[in-house]
Amino acid sequence: MLKYIIRRLLIMIPMLLLVSIVVFTLAQLMPGDPFGGEIDPTKLKPEQIEEKREQLGYNDPILVQYGRWLSNFVQGDFGKSISYKTDVSVLIKQRLDNTIFLTILALIITYAISFIMGLYSGKKPYTIGDYAINGFNYLALAIPSYVLAIAFIYIFAFNLQWFPSSGSVGMGVEEGTWEYWMSRLNHTLLPAIVLGAFSAASYTQFLRNDIIDNSRKDYVRTARAKGTSESNIYNKHILRNSLIPIVTLFGFDLAFMINGAVITETIFTYPGIGKLFLDSVGKQDYPLIMTLTMMFAVIVIIGNMLADILYSLVDPRVKVE
Amino acid sequence: MKTQDVTEKPILEVNNLETGFTIDNKFYNAVDKVSFSVKPNKIVGIVGESGCGKSVMSLSIMNLLPKGIGEIANGTILFDGNEINKLNNNEMNKIRGKDMSMIFQEPMTALNPVFTVGYQIMETLINHSDISKKDAKLKSIDLLKSVGIPRPEKIVDEYPHQLSGGMRQRVMIAIAIACKPKLLIADEPTTALDVTVQAQILELMKTIQQENNMSIILITHDLGVVAEMCDEVIVMYAGKIVEKTDVDTLFHNPKHPYTKALIQSVPKLDVIQETLGTISGIVPSLKNMPEQGCRFVDRCSMAKSECRTKTPTLKPTVDLGQADDSKEHLVSCLLYDEA
Repeated sequence: MLKYIIRRLLIMIPMLLLVSIVVFTLAQLMPGDPFGGEIDPTKLKPEQIEEKREQLGYNDPILVQYGRWLSNFVQGDFGKSISYKTDVSVLIKQRLDNTIFLTILALIITYAISFIMGLYSGKKPYTIGDYAINGFNYLALAIPSYVLAIAFIYIFAFNLQWFPSSGSVGMGVEEGTWEYWMSRLNHTLLPAIVLGAFSAASYTQFLRNDIIDNSRKDYVRTARAKGTSESNIYNKHILRNSLIPIVTLFGFDLAFMINGAVITETIFTYPGIGKLFLDSVGKQDYPLIMTLTMMFAVIVIIGNMLADILYSLVDPRVKVE
Repeated sequence: MKTQDVTEKPILEVNNLETGFTIDNKFYNAVDKVSFSVKPNKIVGIVGESGCGKSVMSLSIMNLLPKGIGEIANGTILFDGNEINKLNNNEMNKIRGKDMSMIFQEPMTALNPVFTVGYQIMETLINHSDISKKDAKLKSIDLLKSVGIPRPEKIVDEYPHQLSGGMRQRVMIAIAIACKPKLLIADEPTTALDVTVQAQILELMKTIQQENNMSIILITHDLGVVAEMCDEVIVMYAGKIVEKTDVDTLFHNPKHPYTKALIQSVPKLDVIQETLGTISGIVPSLKNMPEQGCRFVDRCSMAKSECRTKTPTLKPTVDLGQADDSKEHLVSCLLYDEA
């Protein structure tokens, strides 16, 4: 197992190198530069702009620029954000725990909802309860998250005033106190529900169909012939089998959550990685864009690896080597 | 009747069983007014082609019919004197696996792939007795040993996919006999196995049957298996019993044209045969079952015109040259009606 993980991590290196080339090229292909919106042409002489560009190395050949960026990157120097005038690593660190908090909350919501609904639907398919759950799922899958987010803000934040509509924590609460964490939870819950709703719906459908599928299998008949109670048949025999596809999804979902958080965080003006990424693209903040994209790539690759490892843990027929 | 027959109370009595499926809101009988009984310590074979209702009948006895699709419409099933077809699922669970258990045709899929062999045997024990997990595991190892599995203390922790088909079927038998049931229903237990493994499994079943004094209902379409294993034979065709007798009589003096045809379609080693006897046509499907007359009429070489209009009933028949009247021989064919 350890050997497998090490090998997978080593394979990551060439993959990330390829990703870095693509990311760098795409960033270079974007028209304009970070100064585009910030320069006042009436006050600044073209020579001064040119001097600044020269100073930042934007006039060097592309390969030189790429080499410089890469060598800095592998040494842990992600550069300085042009728009925020701060180290990229500091910027990311500030926002990363917000995004992690949001992702964990969204995952908890996803699993809680999908297991309750999926188990019910799978046990009692083609009943009124099952149809209601299916209806809910199709609705959750069909509504784009930005529409849902706006609707939620309108209903729960604006009209009912249950939750704040923006930010990650209330003003003036002391860090580390009970109020602080409750305030964070309060701020994060609404975006987490929006983020989790889509996954919850697809997980529920997955679980439901897999349970129905499994309940027709021969081993269930064997379990019945042994005198196993219906609850044990569903909660042990079938669920243990239906867990396999769900667990495999977890790895991919990790990447999806951070991906999906771009939109959700922006709408809720939630200071996380997703919003930072969208802002950085808008401002053509190269160092930030490239670092974040590389980070997303790492998360996707690690998520895939995690999925494979989890798969081998829940399914005895699968062995990683 | 001899005295021994009176004292031997049957372990299982099936009376006028009608089981069927609802297709497009219409009910079709897959098992039609079937009656038979199984005496203690006897092996009863049920033979017939695919689609004759053998499996449906065995699932009816176990109350394992697919929910909402198949159901028992009529008749009674008495197990050990109790009417089990009236029991609910929880009550049935106390009998299933304990007094009555079942082995299935497909050992590759009959075991749960994500649990160890040991867990699946232990489950039966834990379902039916207050046994600790540790003791259950030790007993599982014993059971594996008794069904002829080598290195049972290692196999007990393995998963079904690590075992061959024959080994899995042995595990299934271990599960089925874990609580020493009075009746074992084996639904084509060797059909999916190699011929050499088949013989081993049958041998094992026979040994276990004798050791534990249990009765077996052996469902098969292999007449060789019947001859080898069974005391009594029931021949089923299209949901009905067409012939019922002891195994010697059946092979030496088959009466029903269907039984005769079945026996003729078994290759014989001592006779040089160019062509093997076959029965043309197939078993009529549930939807195309003739309303009246004999259900075998379209494939019968001895059919008369009245076979299409008059429905035969299962009646005792006299075996010529057989003075022993204790041997029951029932046949459902108009050819023997006058006799």
